[in-house]
Amino acid sequence: MQLLERIKGCLGGLIIDISEFHGDIAVEVDRFKIVEALTRLRDDESLSMNFLSDLFGLDNKAFYEKPKKKAKKGDAEGEEEEKPKELPPRFEVVYLLLSLKTNERMMVKIRVPEDDLEVSSVTSLYKAATWPEREAFDMFGIRFKGHPNLKRLLMWDDFPAYPLRKDYPLEGRGEERSLVYGD
Amino acid sequence: MAQDYVKINIGPSHPAMHGTLRVIAETDGETIINAEPEIGYLHRGVEKLAESMTYHQFIPVTDRLNYCSAIPNNVAYEMAVEKLMGIEVPEKAQLIRVIMMELSRISDHIVCVGILGVDIGALTPFFYLFIQRETIYEMFEWYNGSRLTNTFGRIGGVEAPLFPGFEQKWIEFKPELMKAIDEMDKLLTHNRIWMDRTIGTTAFSAEDALNWGFTGPCLRACGVKRDLRRDEPYCMYDKFEFDIPVGKYGDVFDRYWVRMIEMYESIKIIDQAIEMYKALPDDAPLMAKVPKILKASEGEIYSAIESPNGELGFYLRGDGSDKPYRLKIRPPCYMVYQAFGELVNGEMVADLIACLSSLNVIAGELDR
Repeated sequence: MQLLERIKGCLGGLIIDISEFHGDIAVEVDRFKIVEALTRLRDDESLSMNFLSDLFGLDNKAFYEKPKKKAKKGDAEGEEEEKPKELPPRFEVVYLLLSLKTNERMMVKIRVPEDDLEVSSVTSLYKAATWPEREAFDMFGIRFKGHPNLKRLLMWDDFPAYPLRKDYPLEGRGEERSLVYGD
Repeated sequence: MAQDYVKINIGPSHPAMHGTLRVIAETDGETIINAEPEIGYLHRGVEKLAESMTYHQFIPVTDRLNYCSAIPNNVAYEMAVEKLMGIEVPEKAQLIRVIMMELSRISDHIVCVGILGVDIGALTPFFYLFIQRETIYEMFEWYNGSRLTNTFGRIGGVEAPLFPGFEQKWIEFKPELMKAIDEMDKLLTHNRIWMDRTIGTTAFSAEDALNWGFTGPCLRACGVKRDLRRDEPYCMYDKFEFDIPVGKYGDVFDRYWVRMIEMYESIKIIDQAIEMYKALPDDAPLMAKVPKILKASEGEIYSAIESPNGELGFYLRGDGSDKPYRLKIRPPCYMVYQAFGELVNGEMVADLIACLSSLNVIAGELDR
């Protein structure tokens, strides 16, 4: 049976959206049900997604803002498309899963709104999520509930911003100049 | 008593730490009670940088990830972009990639095994192998002019065929290399001191390794036969005959041993690849048809290859422009190094250094 059908059979009603691009299947689930979804995928006999390849955050801000600019250039369509209030949540967390049994890969993703950046940690399922979750917190400010040691990983502890967000400038804001050494 | 433990700081700038790595270890005498690695000293924001560069411009940056073997990094990135754009790479270019990647794998393993010896106190074998590494770098230099940061290949293929006389160079070089590896093997593998230092040190079970996301030689040392070259073949790897060495206990010795055998297997692959390369006509294409300005459609892909350290993956999301919207690198040693505390718990301080060398943690790809 095809991977897509097996995933549908395993997750059932948990699936919000499912897409395939160049053979890579991405499944979107509700952010409160991520632990349940990953447990089901791991324990399912036909899937056994028992290996977490990677986990990371993603900021959709620039992506959502781009089509609006295009619409302004268009003639008549611009007026109709002026209802940007119902934007999907800003952040995403993507889980890359791998099944060692069947050698298949899939992506699971959840959407996280800007005003409530808390999701459940999956470190109880995969220890491999320990540092990637810290990195997602470091770079996007997404907080993982239940993580054993959630602090910044790559940037220093007092760093005041989340650098991989799309509204953070590439050259930084000069934070290194206010860095205090030692305590 | 907890207050009797001594906290020692190793690194980030210490001759025994590879690159800028830092470990804060709590010790009871010589025994490590708790070790916590701290990373980020070489963080350059490569993923942020990628979002402001075109797909082509990013290739030289990938050299700076694992600087011991830049070519697999280049190829992994190129393959990810090719998958995103749906580009088919010609056979000849794939064979050149295989040859270069396997040479690179040998040179990476030479660094890892050689430095492991130096860190434990065996300085001599290091020199035997590093002379051969120099010849490999010479071959890279003859191919496109650079030694360490190769910027090998283009999106859609490679820039040039193998230089004339490559096969001759390889035929001359192969016995030298085999001899050096054999000598290393004779000096170390059954050496009493070496065995005492490495066997059983920082052993790790296969379940733990999989749970922590280990890949590559560190996972194979634990007894899991997983190699992306065989399991998810890319670049025609399914047409070559080679064995996948596995260890049993996942200790320093097994990691060393897996890497030693892999060097012989890489030599086998290069031999076969050169034969296949010679069978192709001289005017076979090296590049796929690639538009001058690469624009990816909206979509996301993940593509991974077996780099010398393990699974090196690139996640790419395109948004219709000529720059990636989001690029995430999955470095192999990142996943291995996060289990470091668990690996060295209860071992001696000197074994911490041995363990670190055997994992082959490269700060460049760890911190990105």
